[in-house]
Amino acid sequence: MTARTLYDKLWDSHVVRSESDGTALLYIDRHLVHEVTSPQAFEGLKLAGRKPWRVGSIVATADHNTPTQHWDRGIEDPTSRVQVDALDANMRQYGAKAYFPFRDKRQGIVHVIGPENGATLPGMTVVCGDSHTSTHGAFGCLAFGIGTSEVEHVLATQCLLTKQSKAMLVKVDGTLPFGCTAKDVALAVIGKIGTAGGSGYAIEFGGPAIEALSMEGRMTVCNMSIEAGARAGMIAVDDKTIAYLRGRPFAPAAEMWDRAAAYWRTLVSDADAKFDRVVTIDAATIAPQVTWGTSPEMVTTIEGRVPDPDKERDPMRRDGIERALAYMGLSPNTAMTDICIDKVFIGSCTNSRIEDLRAAAAVVSGRHKADNVKVAMVVPGSGLVKAQAEREGLDRVFTAAGFEWREPGCSMCLAMNDDRLEPGERCASTSNRNFEGRQGTGGRTHLVSPAMAAAAAIAGHFVDVRRLS
Amino acid sequence: MQPFHILTGLVAPLDRANVDTDVIIPKQFLKSINRSGFGANLFDGWRYLDKGEPGMNHALRPLNPDFALNQPRYRGAQILLARRNFGCGSSREHAPWALADYGFRALIAPSYADIFFNNCYKNGLLPIVLAESEVEHLFHDTAAFPGFRLTIDLERQTVTTQDGGATFKFDVEPFRKHCLLNGLDEIGLTLTHATDIAAFEAKRKIEQPWLF
Repeated sequence: MTARTLYDKLWDSHVVRSESDGTALLYIDRHLVHEVTSPQAFEGLKLAGRKPWRVGSIVATADHNTPTQHWDRGIEDPTSRVQVDALDANMRQYGAKAYFPFRDKRQGIVHVIGPENGATLPGMTVVCGDSHTSTHGAFGCLAFGIGTSEVEHVLATQCLLTKQSKAMLVKVDGTLPFGCTAKDVALAVIGKIGTAGGSGYAIEFGGPAIEALSMEGRMTVCNMSIEAGARAGMIAVDDKTIAYLRGRPFAPAAEMWDRAAAYWRTLVSDADAKFDRVVTIDAATIAPQVTWGTSPEMVTTIEGRVPDPDKERDPMRRDGIERALAYMGLSPNTAMTDICIDKVFIGSCTNSRIEDLRAAAAVVSGRHKADNVKVAMVVPGSGLVKAQAEREGLDRVFTAAGFEWREPGCSMCLAMNDDRLEPGERCASTSNRNFEGRQGTGGRTHLVSPAMAAAAAIAGHFVDVRRLS
Repeated sequence: MQPFHILTGLVAPLDRANVDTDVIIPKQFLKSINRSGFGANLFDGWRYLDKGEPGMNHALRPLNPDFALNQPRYRGAQILLARRNFGCGSSREHAPWALADYGFRALIAPSYADIFFNNCYKNGLLPIVLAESEVEHLFHDTAAFPGFRLTIDLERQTVTTQDGGATFKFDVEPFRKHCLLNGLDEIGLTLTHATDIAAFEAKRKIEQPWLF
């Protein structure tokens, strides 16, 4: 048998049937649902007189619209409430394997709660009407974001009509230096291949630096595959994957666990498997990353400077840099460490897990946020992450430093709730997108790791977390 | 879904690379639970000078005169000419809903983000890929000739200038083409294979019972 990539194995094991042009009907094991991209899908289903094929595949939560403070007041924004109410009503009508509604203690960001409940398992196909579904690939899954029409298609048929992508291996060799994290790996990869570098590909991340990452770190890397243009990112199963899942509520137990784990261990690329493209990065060359523009590929290191458009020869790229600098209110050649910030956001499906909060708290401990930083907010990824952090006393570390300790949700990653930037405000953010207006109309986002965001909050400007004594 | 056969329409240019779906339809307009009504907020942050919120009377808002779609010569455009990696970022299908609701029926660009590309087909919106040089040529002609129109023939897979002077061939996957030409309901089509799906599922239940 020919050698296969992990992606080939995941693909092959889910094809129900194939058309002559290569379009396949792919079976979906896990369907994650949230309130923003599902109401029109359920509505479509109803209008067509159809029913969900298998509600046992659905794990749902409300995360995008939910407030992160004053939960006793409910959802005050009426338009946000309509969407959350619509999800409640659909869950009541159809049911699900699990639904974690607003204010449930296991509610949280859909990409945090799937893995922490063991609802994301190796070998699954996982879809969600959300581009950051790639996160779940950290568990050796084929996980990717879909649009609302496809959400309806999965609800009605438990399948998707799709074609196999090309396979890319991003191999990160060596050891990550002190002070550098999974987020820095993700941004460095995007800086290298560009935001369209992974278009048409499924990316497998491998190599010693990836293997050395915790499951939380692996989720961060896979989460940002979409920012490199790839719908799916994935990492082979190893001991860490299996150890993470043991004992989780929806993970198999007893004899079933042994059977499952034995299968999961086969979910690695064969040694001589061929990839359509291989990108190699030496982890030792990675430094803490900071974005300066309005696309995640507009990134440099903390030692770097804002680029000078006059030095760019490609006219379209030059135009892009000029527009980005105008929007960001930055002058060419400014040292990244000279950029002052107004707000700090630690959270999002990229960086809101317990390890992220620990890393930020370690930097913050015994210090206080700078006066020019109006708000530094920490938004845990889920109720369970929040509870764990509170058991470890992290909430007190943050609040003593002048940070706000919030309730879980997507929050200011996309600012659909009340957490947002005002026009012109500049933010050090652990989220995944620095697009124009992403965190609020006119807001200016710089993407960084949790430790770098925490360090910026203390200094009032970007600072090299490795030099903070 | 509305079938797509032959379209002759006015072309509007959007001369920027990496246009993301947050820009196509900003997040404050995603709170609707309907599929329609997003056209008024297409490119909201670029199109209007004030800060847009749901519930405003958008017809009364100040327009940004520098934004191409606001120029009278592009009013009523049905074909959007764009640059590489159009539609990157968020998977929100509200982006093609907004483009279609505004009146666009086809897009022409050197490349698109994967999820957006897929979402377009589900909404009768044809995302055509042409070479960078061909797109450049069309940007030039769109700027040079007011009222510049193109004819798109999906069956023949061609884009032709109004005077017939230039024709560009484009690729489209046969299955997508079939669905778009016939305005097919993909769910209905998939459900004709319900027996296959049920058999696959039954086998999977035996082999990997922990998934169920």
